[in-house]
Amino acid sequence: MQPFDEAAFAGEHKGDDVGFDKATDLWLSGNEAIALGAWEAGVTVASGYPGTPSTEIMGNLARYEGVYAEWAPNEKVGLEVAIGACFAGARALATMKHVGLNVAADPLFTSAYTGVRGGLVILNADDPQMHSSQNEQDNRNYAFAAKLPLLEPSDPAEAKEMMPLAYALSEQLDTPVIIRITTRIAHVKGVVKKGTRCEVPEATIEKMPAKLVMLPGNARVRRVAVEKRMAAARELAETMPENRIEPGTGPRGFITSGVPYNYVKEAFPTAPVLKLGMVWPLPEKMIREFAATVSELIVVEELDPFIETHLKAMGIACHGKDIIPNQGELNTFIVRKAVDPGSIGELFAPIDLPMRPPNMCAGCPHRGLFYGLSRMKNIFISGDIGCYTLGFLPPLSAMDACVCMGASITMAHGMTKALGKSGEGRIVAVLGDSTFMHSGMTGLLNTVYNNSYATVIILDNRTTAMTGHQDNPASGRTILGDPAPALDLEQLCRALGVKRVVVVNPHDVEATRKVLKEEIESPEPSVIISRAPCVLIPEEAKRKKPVYFTNLDNCTGCSLCVQMGCPAISWTPLTPEEAVARGYREKQKGFARIAENQCAGCGQCAAVCKFEAITRREEQ
Amino acid sequence: MKQSGNILFSGVGGQGILLASELTAHAQLAAGFDVKKSEVHGMAQRGGSVEAHLRYGEKVYSPLIELGTADILVAFEILEAVRYLPYLHKDSAVVVNTQKILPPSVALGKATYPENILDELKNRQIKVVALDAFAVAESVGEPRTANVAMVGAMSNFLAVDPEVFLQVIDATVKMQFREVNKKAFAAGRAAVYA
Repeated sequence: MQPFDEAAFAGEHKGDDVGFDKATDLWLSGNEAIALGAWEAGVTVASGYPGTPSTEIMGNLARYEGVYAEWAPNEKVGLEVAIGACFAGARALATMKHVGLNVAADPLFTSAYTGVRGGLVILNADDPQMHSSQNEQDNRNYAFAAKLPLLEPSDPAEAKEMMPLAYALSEQLDTPVIIRITTRIAHVKGVVKKGTRCEVPEATIEKMPAKLVMLPGNARVRRVAVEKRMAAARELAETMPENRIEPGTGPRGFITSGVPYNYVKEAFPTAPVLKLGMVWPLPEKMIREFAATVSELIVVEELDPFIETHLKAMGIACHGKDIIPNQGELNTFIVRKAVDPGSIGELFAPIDLPMRPPNMCAGCPHRGLFYGLSRMKNIFISGDIGCYTLGFLPPLSAMDACVCMGASITMAHGMTKALGKSGEGRIVAVLGDSTFMHSGMTGLLNTVYNNSYATVIILDNRTTAMTGHQDNPASGRTILGDPAPALDLEQLCRALGVKRVVVVNPHDVEATRKVLKEEIESPEPSVIISRAPCVLIPEEAKRKKPVYFTNLDNCTGCSLCVQMGCPAISWTPLTPEEAVARGYREKQKGFARIAENQCAGCGQCAAVCKFEAITRREEQ
Repeated sequence: MKQSGNILFSGVGGQGILLASELTAHAQLAAGFDVKKSEVHGMAQRGGSVEAHLRYGEKVYSPLIELGTADILVAFEILEAVRYLPYLHKDSAVVVNTQKILPPSVALGKATYPENILDELKNRQIKVVALDAFAVAESVGEPRTANVAMVGAMSNFLAVDPEVFLQVIDATVKMQFREVNKKAFAAGRAAVYA
């Protein structure tokens, strides 16, 4: 099947349109809509690091004429690039997922003091329910903590409309502005109105040291400006159309924002609603007015009681997290059930079925490396964030810790210092190439400087795979696929002071096991670069690969290949009678078989099979 | 014509449910509805259970289908049809591809793939239409069009003129694959009553 061609559709739509007018409307995901909104708002510089659910914003924005967009090695770099561009008078954008804002928090807090020249927007994507994340922090709290205005759209159309608004606010109030979206905006498609690009301000150099040089004397002055600006933002909040009361009937009124607004509208279509488009600072007068018109006030928000806490601080009585869950995504059902449990009818109960968790792909190079690790006794594997985190799952079960980007190396170092002699030959860090460049390099430097014996394994699959194969500083290509300098990982590791740097091909399972044993047992820091391209990158997908098949007569049922956890290999159990009928020994418990239409030809299983039961098709 | 509805797509990462849901969304847009569609990207796409929610009507707020309100479930794999039972109601229609993809616990021999599991739906009087979408796709000469064959089968339960789907395929699929996809759609649509 061919990839869906959005542009062709927008141009050739032939339907008898009622709800959708091809002259004015587009069918876009929230992330595509935000990219369009940024372009319409006159953004000329954008930088970000891939992270679900934010990734497609930058990928889309890069294709617009008149915008420079890039993949930065991490979110702190990305935000600082955007700050610099805005200091030159450009409208600039930084994009990231929620945990990325932790990495970028340092520039975030102080950019609140400097303010901006051109508009600056931080597009932050939270992931309630942790569809693809290690935590579900609520980043509205950053707006409160850093003293920045925060906008929250409810759907893709509103997300697009909020981009020009955010830039206007940013320049009017002299402040960075955060837009917080969640997974159900980023990856929701809806009808979006086309607009036109506003005039793009010219970039210039202008020196304004009292505003831009944040040393204590200047910062104390800017600290006052921050409070003044937030007071002005509070005033604006009272009148901006994005904060609005939707009148209704009944004693119950709702205050809500973001995606949960939709759930309230569907569950209680006639109830009065105060919809907040700007969630920080809050429009206190408007909230008080609304609260006075209803006999029961309910705040519906995802994750933390952010609005609720501030309402309570204002002395306004309301329901909130006493009835609405503070964990996971909301939906219409959850809101309806929380507010009006009596209205829920009978539902079909779920049926207990085998779970289907995600898995590393057939032909994934990481499998060969993790297989080697899974065979080593008494080692602790400090893991990291990426596809390879799936090495945690059975049958490989080869990951013992995973906290945040880059932490594999630093945690491993900490363990060696805690364990001393007793940990020698037992501590391994595993992380991907993109993660290593994101925030692993400084940890490796520390490992060398402070003399650790941990072994660091860099899984170099030539791409940022988990988020959808974005290029990175080692891939040799820019965000648009143009040639770029490719980081030499071996040289970098040596420059950081690592004397033992070994490159292995993880598909060569035997060689990989030997290297693992040697390096992990070595008393000095060492780096293993496990190098083979991701099977999903286009060059690999196009490459003609061999197919392996199971020579069932030779299979002894040892199950070594099954223990690799490849989705193309499955186990068929046999009773003693069935085993005999198939010509096997009576005690053979079953046999393994390769689904040839799923085989990616990596040959790892053939390498572990001791009975010549796995053979390349053309060698038949 | 039904004025609003919920269509749930389910399957295993990599089966092409995003394209199937995309074609359906465009057909509903062309029929004059407001449409919202929710997808899952990221880690779940690596061979795990995946779903796409499509909702249409005069004005759609929520991008997610509420439990007990999916009018049509388009399941690309048998287990992935039964897994979404709580989303169904007694008048739901389930279009299911009879392909079996073994979950890891089954492939490892730790669990068994349940036999006759579609009976769990049929026993609840839910209308189940099972088809071998791969066989349908192979019959038009391109096994990769199984997802479009599923859309064709599903289209029997929508009031949208099938011609609209063919126009959407014309407008969205690359020239060299248009004809085979249109054939797959028609064959899938015909397979339901065959």
